[in-house]
Amino acid sequence: MSLATLLVLADGRLPAGGHAHSGGLEAQVAAGRVKDLADVYAFLRGKLATGGLVAAAFAAAACARPAEWAELDAGLDARTPAPALRKASRAQGRALLRAGRSMWSLPAAVVPASGTAPREMHQPVAFGLLAAGAGLRPHEAAVAAAHGSTTGSASAAVRLLGLDPFAVHGLLARLAPECDRIAADAANRSADPVDDLPAAGSPLLDIGAEHHATWEVRLFAS
Amino acid sequence: MRALAQVVAEADDRGGTRLTVLRGESPLLVRRTGGRSGPGATVHLVGGAAGPLRGDDLRMEITVGAGAALTVRSVAAQLALPGRPAPPSRLTIHAEVAGTLRWLPEPLIAAAGCDHCTETRVEVAEGGELLWRDDLVCGRHAEPSGDARLETTIRYAGRTLYRHALGVGRHADGWDGPAVLGGGRAVGTVVAVPGFAGSLPASAGAALMPLAGPGVLATAVGPDIRQVRAALDPLCEPVEEARGGNESTLPPWRAEPQAATAIGTP
Repeated sequence: MSLATLLVLADGRLPAGGHAHSGGLEAQVAAGRVKDLADVYAFLRGKLATGGLVAAAFAAAACARPAEWAELDAGLDARTPAPALRKASRAQGRALLRAGRSMWSLPAAVVPASGTAPREMHQPVAFGLLAAGAGLRPHEAAVAAAHGSTTGSASAAVRLLGLDPFAVHGLLARLAPECDRIAADAANRSADPVDDLPAAGSPLLDIGAEHHATWEVRLFAS
Repeated sequence: MRALAQVVAEADDRGGTRLTVLRGESPLLVRRTGGRSGPGATVHLVGGAAGPLRGDDLRMEITVGAGAALTVRSVAAQLALPGRPAPPSRLTIHAEVAGTLRWLPEPLIAAAGCDHCTETRVEVAEGGELLWRDDLVCGRHAEPSGDARLETTIRYAGRTLYRHALGVGRHADGWDGPAVLGGGRAVGTVVAVPGFAGSLPASAGAALMPLAGPGVLATAVGPDIRQVRAALDPLCEPVEEARGGNESTLPPWRAEPQAATAIGTP
């Protein structure tokens, strides 16, 4: 594997539309549940342990067995009860595949003999396929996916709450060991049947996303 | 303590439902309740001992045949308690549904120090109907939450429709942060296939979510179980039962949710 390739995939500047999403933070700020730096930390920890673990596990599994991408995609549908979050995840998956086309080719197992590669899937599955195409291993896909589950919300926190960007990045540094632990757990389970993969849910993110989707004016798409 | 409870409901030839198996062991005792005139049967879970306590291994198996309708309730909340040092208490529920199953038990309360896991797997055959409710209260009044994990898999026509895990307590990182339950100490979910008859009262702490497959999920989070009930009860209780008042038609043990006792506490 190439460490630099991993950095390219994990870079927040990858033009895959991630900046348009707050990862559920905007709804929780509006609900008054996230007001300061300590709240942002608690939010990020919970998100990493739930959605972050699921994203890491599905990215690792898609990287390990790309031919099963459709089953993995259905597994994420079953783990994403909120329609607004399914829509956001698919929009980000589409954007990632579009950006990825000019970077690496998808694994051969994904591309039908005749026809074009799939363009519609959940973001973690797309992430895992792209990682496989880039020659990365499941564990690397998992670490980048777990990390990526927190960075979008962290940068959104700076904009939504006017927090000190240095302090917010300090939170991400504090979460790095937990990110590593979650990625190791996710990678260890990457061969499990889809139903046995992690399914940790976040009730407030689901509820918040559904309310957020009805707002007329919002800063972030989700 | 190990226990197995089994309920098998089948359609009889008069348009009703008969229970061909109704078997339990303490602390998982099952009793048929209610009248026998309607099309469906109702069973109440009656605890035969305190708990679940650490080390308990409880299993519940439910089968609802085509054309049969079964409602399962419980007479009191299930209070997961700490016990001697032992593996986590475990409740495994497996349901096969070709007819209609309404699973509407009282909440699980994760008392401080408990270590409990509920694992649910429901297989709904094509055309089957389901109402599956799980309420969780994180700790008794003003105490920290014990450790509890809920692992739920609901399948419909051979495909996984809903897969959800929720962990609370010391070992669940970030569970009380604003991504998971925030300041909420009670959470309730109901999965309905094909959908709900009732509607969800408008609330910032609840949402109705159409699943990707058939079916709908309702989730509610609140400071305590009352807000969760206010949101979810109207979805779960048929209009006939709620007509002519609200609280008065509920059984007496529903009036004081916080006074719930452990299953089986004499």
